[in-house]
Amino acid sequence: MSTLAQPKKAPETPSPKTKKVQKEVGQDRAATSQGRWAFWLISPALVLLAVVIVYPVVNAIIMAFQKDQGLDPVTKVFVQGGPAGLDNFVHWLAQQCGSAACAPGTLGSQFWSAVGTTFFFTVVTVVLETVLGFWMAVIMARSFRGRSALRAAVLVPWAIPTAVTAKLWFFIFAFDGIANKLFGTAILWTGSEWPARWAIIISDVWKTTPFMALLILAGLQIIPAEVYEAAKVDGASAWQRFTQITLPLVKPALMVAVLFRVLDALRMYDLPAIMTQGSNGTTTLSILVVDQIRQGFNSAAALSTITFLIIFLVAFIFVRFLGANAVASATPKTKGQDK
Amino acid sequence: MNTRKYLLPAAVAGVLALSLSACGGGGGGSTASSGGDAAANLDGRGPITYVQGKDNSNVVRPLVDKWNAAHPDQKVTFKEQSDQADQQHDDLVQNFQAKNANYDVVDVDVIWTAEFAAKGWLQPLTDKMSIDTSKMLPATVKTATYNNTLFAAPQTSDGGILFYRKDLVPTPPKTWDEMMNMCSIAKQNNIDCYAGQFAKYEGLTVNAAEAINSAGGTIVGDDGKSTVTSAAAKAGLNNLVTAYKNGNIPTQGVTYQEEQGRQSFEDGKLLFLRNWPYVYNLAKTDGSSKVKDTFGMAPLPGKDGPGASSLGGHNLAVSVYSQHKATAKDFLTFMTSEETEKFYATQGSLAPVLGSLYDDPTLVQQLPYLPVLKTSIQNAVPRPVTPFYPAVTKAIQDNAYAAIKGDKSVDQAMTDMDTAINSASQ
Repeated sequence: MSTLAQPKKAPETPSPKTKKVQKEVGQDRAATSQGRWAFWLISPALVLLAVVIVYPVVNAIIMAFQKDQGLDPVTKVFVQGGPAGLDNFVHWLAQQCGSAACAPGTLGSQFWSAVGTTFFFTVVTVVLETVLGFWMAVIMARSFRGRSALRAAVLVPWAIPTAVTAKLWFFIFAFDGIANKLFGTAILWTGSEWPARWAIIISDVWKTTPFMALLILAGLQIIPAEVYEAAKVDGASAWQRFTQITLPLVKPALMVAVLFRVLDALRMYDLPAIMTQGSNGTTTLSILVVDQIRQGFNSAAALSTITFLIIFLVAFIFVRFLGANAVASATPKTKGQDK
Repeated sequence: MNTRKYLLPAAVAGVLALSLSACGGGGGGSTASSGGDAAANLDGRGPITYVQGKDNSNVVRPLVDKWNAAHPDQKVTFKEQSDQADQQHDDLVQNFQAKNANYDVVDVDVIWTAEFAAKGWLQPLTDKMSIDTSKMLPATVKTATYNNTLFAAPQTSDGGILFYRKDLVPTPPKTWDEMMNMCSIAKQNNIDCYAGQFAKYEGLTVNAAEAINSAGGTIVGDDGKSTVTSAAAKAGLNNLVTAYKNGNIPTQGVTYQEEQGRQSFEDGKLLFLRNWPYVYNLAKTDGSSKVKDTFGMAPLPGKDGPGASSLGGHNLAVSVYSQHKATAKDFLTFMTSEETEKFYATQGSLAPVLGSLYDDPTLVQQLPYLPVLKTSIQNAVPRPVTPFYPAVTKAIQDNAYAAIKGDKSVDQAMTDMDTAINSASQ
């Protein structure tokens, strides 16, 4: 994780010539002994990661290929289901229960709607949070009296535990709550489809915008003031300064912040779980996984494996395509770029 | 190279994201081998542990102290869980899967009993382990019975009660139709008529089951197969659907859990409320309650007499992995004795499972709703006793909710509910 925060060193690009010379000097041996040292130094961390990350993931994948327990018709006691092949995955992806399509009222019938809901929440919340967070960051980056107080105040929503935030907004959006009183409306915020979705989006934006603002602010702080001064002297307008200087230079930090938020939003659980219990089209993939855990572990393992692949794919796309661009624009376009 | 710098952390973040949700299960526990566990340690005596959710009214500790004073060589340790039902359930599941011998006596919600019994985690209360249930209300014993075997001892019960406004309705309605006709009184006074728990959560299962059972329908038959497509069951759900459509259940009724309905009732904005007995104390003593002296209590209205309440409450069970089952059984008997039940009622307002206590004058003086509650529990029908309860309750909730809101016809909702219940229990 910390690698993200490290300032980038200009890539050293020794010319091919010097490389050869170094090789002959026996740099190789030094490198390998260094490598061995490095391996021993990081091995405790690797072991820890293997225990807390690799083992559960592998275990979940193994479980995903087992049938859920079923009742023995005679003794009425649960027995192990045995190997399932790809049945669990087909059950989710094709929404098949047994030989027929899953009926409304089963978890299986909700898979694709949950995928849609999850992505809808992710796209909308991240876009809103990025825009608002950027705006807040730009304001906080200026010097004015009470700036540090404002920075601290902005952090309050982010400091409140999500479960508490959810309860807070649950009361605000209650039928006789503040929201309806304020606007003189009679909207069932938690009892109808689109209001419920927007209620969750509003809560999420309220909670997470400060986080985005601070990450972007950190990115803004490393842009030297001289660059702006030089641009002013050259007669660049405020808009030009923003698009030509601020945006490209803040892009790496922005991309990291957006990636974090996207991964977070794809896992959204507590807000909809507490505010709407996942009713009215607010069931996200995480809610579906938790509900399924109570009904059968192995289907839940398959579902979480699918969810994992989806999130991994999104993260990969981000880093490979968007992240790569961010890196390229931040490093001088000379030689030494891996493609 | 630079790409890789981002890729690894991103990958780690992704993996972390999922590994957390993936290890919630902890693998399927082995089952069906419980025969051996259930036959072992039947005569074992020694210290045991009693596990239950948060002891809000501080009734468990005094009882445990009392037991420990009398049995110094078989001391009971009380392990308190959180006050969240789901967390209690998952905690029990994890410890049973790990065959934890230190969870000797556990407190299980009535709706989990069948599931735990079918997993082979609960000691059948037969032969040496049998307890006397003859004085208990039959419906409570039904919640603890799976596959014709008693797996737990009913400890506390709970039933639905109709709270109404005495000042506006002198005699409470006996039937559902009578109550609906009284809604004109609510209109005249500019308040809402009827509310229960119609948000999409466990409370909706309770209310939908009450509507279906009160109309003479059933949710599952004796074979565990769904019976919700019967005319009576449809008529039951249709009562709620119609009431919501014509405004007898207010628009915001579909967002109500127990508390929202109680607040509305205490505000004087609601004529009839279906809720649990706990409302009585609060409506009587809350500073903000406007109905302190003007509310009454009656059995739930049914088709042509008292309705069929769903049952709440908790049962006590012995773990098959316990090493001191003889002690555990004695403790079970102690915890369901008349004396304990009385203590629960007076100190914790927890409804007893012994029928005789409902007529006890001292208790009735303290808890005036007991006679009404007795009627309620005598006519009660437990929610489906099935090992697939989580799936069954979801099938009921999702489809009843859609029907009440008018997103689906009653016929369609019941057909879907039927398919969903049956596909869950295969």
